[in-house]
Amino acid sequence: MTIDSIKNGIVIDHIPAGKAMALYRYLKLDRVECSVAILKNVVSEKLGRKDIIKVDEVLDLNWDVLGYLAPECTVNIIREGREVEKRRPHLPEKLVGVIECKNPRCITTIEQGLTHIFKLTDPEKGVYRCIYCESKA
Amino acid sequence: MRHLIDILDLTPAEIDGLIAKACDIIARPQDYAHRCEGKKLATLFFEPSTRTRLSFEAAMYELGGHVIGFSDAANSSASKGESVADTVRVVGCYADIIAMRHFKEGAPLVAAMKSPVPIINAGDGGHNHPTQTLTDLLTIWREKGRLDNLTVGFCGDLKFGRTVHSLISALSRYSGIRFVLISPEELKVPSYIKDTLKQKGLEYVQTTDLEAVMPELDILYMTRVQRERFFNEEEYLRLKDSYILTPEKLQAAKADLTVLHPLPRVNEIAVTVDDDPRACYFRQALNGKFIRMALILKLLEVE
Repeated sequence: MTIDSIKNGIVIDHIPAGKAMALYRYLKLDRVECSVAILKNVVSEKLGRKDIIKVDEVLDLNWDVLGYLAPECTVNIIREGREVEKRRPHLPEKLVGVIECKNPRCITTIEQGLTHIFKLTDPEKGVYRCIYCESKA
Repeated sequence: MRHLIDILDLTPAEIDGLIAKACDIIARPQDYAHRCEGKKLATLFFEPSTRTRLSFEAAMYELGGHVIGFSDAANSSASKGESVADTVRVVGCYADIIAMRHFKEGAPLVAAMKSPVPIINAGDGGHNHPTQTLTDLLTIWREKGRLDNLTVGFCGDLKFGRTVHSLISALSRYSGIRFVLISPEELKVPSYIKDTLKQKGLEYVQTTDLEAVMPELDILYMTRVQRERFFNEEEYLRLKDSYILTPEKLQAAKADLTVLHPLPRVNEIAVTVDDDPRACYFRQALNGKFIRMALILKLLEVE
């Protein structure tokens, strides 16, 4: 299967297999007007299988989402058909408005207009906890 | 402006300062009788409480201040759908300091983010109860003369027991503390608390057998299995009588054991234990007023 190469855009590579659709949703790529290609279960020497997302425009990505959902991924910025930058996301210290607290006893379930915020409490295991009730993400 | 939302908002040195202040209040109550004249405490209790609310109110009165507030969400604008953030912004116009109890976890933190006056968390669901922890620490200090090198047993509902969570957090900052966690399988301490203990390299054991560990304990912190924390009544009925402390069980305990309970008690400590000198829970309730007096003075920045 072949996908056209990008002239100006972003390639999110080395996404663990199965995570591309979640990344697509959380990065809100369903709302962009340019072409977006999702490649699933691509054979990879390093990972065995991986997912790839190609975006046909250089967009501002939400690096917190990338760091939380796929810290192993690499982001390649393509301009004029050439890779001009390669970046890896980091686990963000805080997740603001990215995910929601699932604890039914948490204040976020009833307080109007309250932004869901999670804090990185265990960087080794990538554990995030709600700042209000301390439940695990 | 300072708030007290989590016991860890206070450094060990600040806790030592509050304990010292409370001891001074106990020794010289007349010197503190007018310290808060002209100041108002608002007690916003969205969930019923007897001792916490009354001890806050008694504390403020004994400092010469006044108290306003409500003791039930049904009597507040929350019943009309008002948010916590709006409630504290309004009450902050009338009071100098707010003590808040809420059935939702994290509500006092939301209040602190918006309030123009200091917020004291007086209990948020099954989460935190830092002023009970200060009460517990003052009691341990007064009974044992130290806050370190103790084997501390927690018994009962360790899953939803907020007083347990807060006291474990607080004691984990002192050296030589060994935790013995006694509960039914279904009511074990949440994993995040055990993770914290592991990260700090602190010693803890988990058991279901109170009698087996009784001889080791310096402190026994009993808790009630709380009906209001269960979504399932059957589960509550099955677990509520898991542990009942009796004079017979205390025979195996150290002569200087300190038995604590945040109260209210239902049946987890037999009333026949009350006359045992090791039963400290009513002295603990009295200490609650003194430490809240010290805390109000600190947060209002009154010397």
